[in-house]
Amino acid sequence: MNEQVEIPVTYLRPGRGLAALNLRDLWIYRELVFFMIWRDVKVRYKQTLLGATWAILQPVATMIVFNIFFGELGKIPSDGIPYPLFNFTALLPWQLFSKALNDAARSLVQNRHMITKVYFPRMVLPIASVLSGLVDFGIAFVILIGMMIFYKTPFTWAILTIPLLLVLALTFALGIGLWFASLNVLYRDVAYVMPFISQFWMFISPVIYPSSMVPEQFRFLYYLNPMTGVIEGFRWAMLGTQTSFPASMLISSIGVTIVVLVSGLFYFRRMERLFADMV
Amino acid sequence: MSGSTSKNSDIAIRVEDIGKMYRLGSSVLAYQTLRESLPGWLKRQSSEKDEILWALRHVHFEVKRGEVIGIIGKNGAGKSTLLKILARVTEPSEGYAEIHGRVGSLLEVGTGFHPELTGRENIFLNGAILGMRRAEITAKLDEIIDFSEVEKFIDTPIKRYSSGMQMRLAFSVAAHLEPEILVVDEVLAVGDADFQRKCLGKMQDVSQQGRTVLFVSHNMSAILRLTTETLVVDHGKIIMRAPTEQAVDYYLSQGHAEEGIKQWTPDEIPDAAAPFRPISISVRNTGSAPSDSVRSIDPIDIEIAYELEESVKGLRVGFYLMNTRGEYISTSFDTDDPAKFESMGTREKGIYLSRCTLPADLLNEGRFVLGVNASSYRIRRYFQDEQALTFHVDASGAPGTHWAEQRLGPLRPRLEWSIEKE
Repeated sequence: MNEQVEIPVTYLRPGRGLAALNLRDLWIYRELVFFMIWRDVKVRYKQTLLGATWAILQPVATMIVFNIFFGELGKIPSDGIPYPLFNFTALLPWQLFSKALNDAARSLVQNRHMITKVYFPRMVLPIASVLSGLVDFGIAFVILIGMMIFYKTPFTWAILTIPLLLVLALTFALGIGLWFASLNVLYRDVAYVMPFISQFWMFISPVIYPSSMVPEQFRFLYYLNPMTGVIEGFRWAMLGTQTSFPASMLISSIGVTIVVLVSGLFYFRRMERLFADMV
Repeated sequence: MSGSTSKNSDIAIRVEDIGKMYRLGSSVLAYQTLRESLPGWLKRQSSEKDEILWALRHVHFEVKRGEVIGIIGKNGAGKSTLLKILARVTEPSEGYAEIHGRVGSLLEVGTGFHPELTGRENIFLNGAILGMRRAEITAKLDEIIDFSEVEKFIDTPIKRYSSGMQMRLAFSVAAHLEPEILVVDEVLAVGDADFQRKCLGKMQDVSQQGRTVLFVSHNMSAILRLTTETLVVDHGKIIMRAPTEQAVDYYLSQGHAEEGIKQWTPDEIPDAAAPFRPISISVRNTGSAPSDSVRSIDPIDIEIAYELEESVKGLRVGFYLMNTRGEYISTSFDTDDPAKFESMGTREKGIYLSRCTLPADLLNEGRFVLGVNASSYRIRRYFQDEQALTFHVDASGAPGTHWAEQRLGPLRPRLEWSIEKE
């Protein structure tokens, strides 16, 4: 063998306390993230009759139901925007978030055969789960554009902030997902609680109603939910709802997201070494 | 875990006082629900009541670059735990290890295979899971497909593959990994004999390229062929490190049942064996008690006792007879006779005893190894233990014993000779 070649050395010892995040390893395995997303997407559409149409049907059907019950019958105010458009604009980031969160929470348990057999940075799994929803989002986004044309909503430069809002939603989903994924390895209760959490969370986010409906004295609490900032940001960017950029909401969204993500990362890393033994 | 680089070191693996502890009863072996663990939290998670099991303890060894080391030991001895630690699947509970280079682990072939994806797609996915770069996989794609012998179906979803085809595809991805250190666990137990031979050949190539290989197997002939030195693991410790022939000899003659009978304890029986539950295998001269030493001039009974927890179709229970070098002498099943298969192929729930009598004057003196196999042909293998029992054959009184010499070969039949003068 070539004696000049530098060989990486790995030291194995029992982990204690806070583990280093080891992002270098994650970088080395970045292609695996891509392959896992690719697998998820491919498998999801391979054996379904309607294939990618599901990405459209799901939010559209939800929007129709919500429109009938909350828009037409409930007469929920919608900041002067036609209710279907008002609701659909919120459903896109909401469904992206809720799918990302659910998939991330289940990712470790679902892939336990891999975890117990091969080394790779375990964080690949929740990251891939969170990102794979973007494909569905992209498809549904085209429908949103169509609806905006139908309702003659003007497009503004604000639309360029959408990618940033997506990053915020997905980062938050990853932060929570890291917590839930690790907890799910220890306690399978998490899997049972997830559907309930998503449903509850939708009601504390401005999906079917505008955040302006929330009484002033509760706003501070309400804004602690990063999805409030994301969804109202979406409406601002696409529909021009708020007169100005919803800055205070977004600042608290970003703050909470950072706290959740950083704590999630460290908790995940701390628990990571137990996954193979416990999953 | 941390990383750095080293130059010109000829060490590939250094293991110092490694141990792996499992807590039985609570946290580790089974996942729990929140409710079960709340009382634990209230007591500040004191776990004194938990039974502690050291799957591995006080393990030291060093492997130099380019060495090919075998690891043998009984089921549950700690071999797999050791490999899992070295492959970074699990962390040691104590001690320290140093790994120089990328580790490729073949703890199970086909990890991450998805039935809906095609063979080609699965090559990429599985390769990425094993730590290969996309460019690396693309460069070797043709070679991988060619080696797997499934090129005709490479664009078919692998759910349509036979299990043998899936195995071949999986192994051929793994065989094309090029890490500095290759860790292999019993992957060759699957697949047909021809493909096994091909894989062994491939592994030999790997070791000739100067890479370090750790190879766990129950297949003694593979261990003998591939490795130069072998570690014998027993009860979580390395009890011997020696040139492979010596280690295999020692392993096969020690540690197993000494009374001519092997009884399986529940932890030696994999869950996947159900509904077949092996009880014991014994060897004895017809009419006497089980014994480690049997006479070759009398018939020898081999008895396999087992329980069926429900009725099983197409069952055959039998043994492998091997020498201590792991070379097969004979394989025989209780339903080899078609008439017997007709009547006993389907067996109801219950306890059974399958007994075979080897005729007198068959085996030569020496040590022999008996393995057990219970399977339904082409459907399922319920249970296999390739080194269930070893026994000694005493040849006194056998043909030719008036010459005090060692006779070559495993058999010593009493053959008819005629001597004529022309």
